[in-house]
Amino acid sequence: MSEQPIDRYRRRLLGGAIATGTLTLAPGIFLHRLAEAKPDAEPVRSIVRWGLLVDTTRCASDCTACVDACRDEHGWTGHGRPRSDAQWIRKVELHDKATGREVSLPMMCQHCAEPPCVDVCPTGASFKRADGIVLVDKHICIGCRYCMMACPYKARSFIHEDLTDQKPHSPRGKGTVESCTLCVHRIDAGQQPACVEACNRDGHGALLFGDLNDRNSAIHQALAEVPTTQVRADLGLDLGVRYQGL
Amino acid sequence: MRRLLTAPLLLLLALPATAAEGRAPVPQIGPAQGEQCVAPVEFMRRNHMELILHQRDETVHRGIRTKGQSLRNCINCHAVDAAGQPVSLDDPEHFCVSCHRYAAVRPDCFQCHSGEPEPGVPGVVGTGAWSQGLAATDHREVER
Repeated sequence: MSEQPIDRYRRRLLGGAIATGTLTLAPGIFLHRLAEAKPDAEPVRSIVRWGLLVDTTRCASDCTACVDACRDEHGWTGHGRPRSDAQWIRKVELHDKATGREVSLPMMCQHCAEPPCVDVCPTGASFKRADGIVLVDKHICIGCRYCMMACPYKARSFIHEDLTDQKPHSPRGKGTVESCTLCVHRIDAGQQPACVEACNRDGHGALLFGDLNDRNSAIHQALAEVPTTQVRADLGLDLGVRYQGL
Repeated sequence: MRRLLTAPLLLLLALPATAAEGRAPVPQIGPAQGEQCVAPVEFMRRNHMELILHQRDETVHRGIRTKGQSLRNCINCHAVDAAGQPVSLDDPEHFCVSCHRYAAVRPDCFQCHSGEPEPGVPGVVGTGAWSQGLAATDHREVER
């Protein structure tokens, strides 16, 4: 393949020729919408690192819009067995016993730069894409569930049942492990993850998605301005999902 | 494994002669949308599984989502009846099912993947020149 199309794409990406719709979230923080998709024929590149910033001060404890949107997008309906049902994203309520402060937040795959699930996978099914998204290649997953044990965030689930009527964009099957894909099919099409869209649609704006490496991206600027936390930062996994207001 | 897969297909390719004599049953393969497949029919009969396998790794690991060779594109064009309505995997006339059942091949694609076309998404059909190019180039690529 000639270098030309890749260079052209890179120039567009870096040169800011991407049409951006800008929305002011807070003074100095803007929401840019990625309006141009990656060309279908080009591989993802490590110049991009996708990430998510969760503003827990905007996350309402009674709201499950992100969880519902994820469930609809990927079709992981439960079987009434909470201990073993698939769960790509869940709401967690934190309660500080000393002060009584309550915090609500969504917890999902943190898309580590150094993912323990990838370290332990015996077949190479757990892998990190060049753009930082941690995925399971279900074609080579043998369902051993080592990754589920290794994940400090309890982010992965195992499919115990035969499935039918899967979503065309989200193949899922018995005997494999799965977790948040950061809606990789949507990202490759230039869209935002379903949870982010749902959160914005409901007016909470607690989820900010973007390229952590891009200095002009809203998420990069937000991370430069406000103090944020990586959950279990002591593990040194360099997470793609950051929390604000914890 | 490959030999297992190709043997029934070669048998299938030899069918027209047999069928003409009316001595053997032939699979009832339903119609597809569009004028022609992404590659010549003879090429696809022998190599569709290689194309899909190749594209699978490209898509999952490298994010390459060219539509022509994706399983979803196969389904979007082929898993429809003459009226353009979706055909279920339970239906023996489903494009993939009809032939695989005849050839006694059980692909495991549909344990995870949807076998029905996406509503409102037209399949990408082949154009003459590109199909020839695909057949010529990708055949070498997929020989492993």
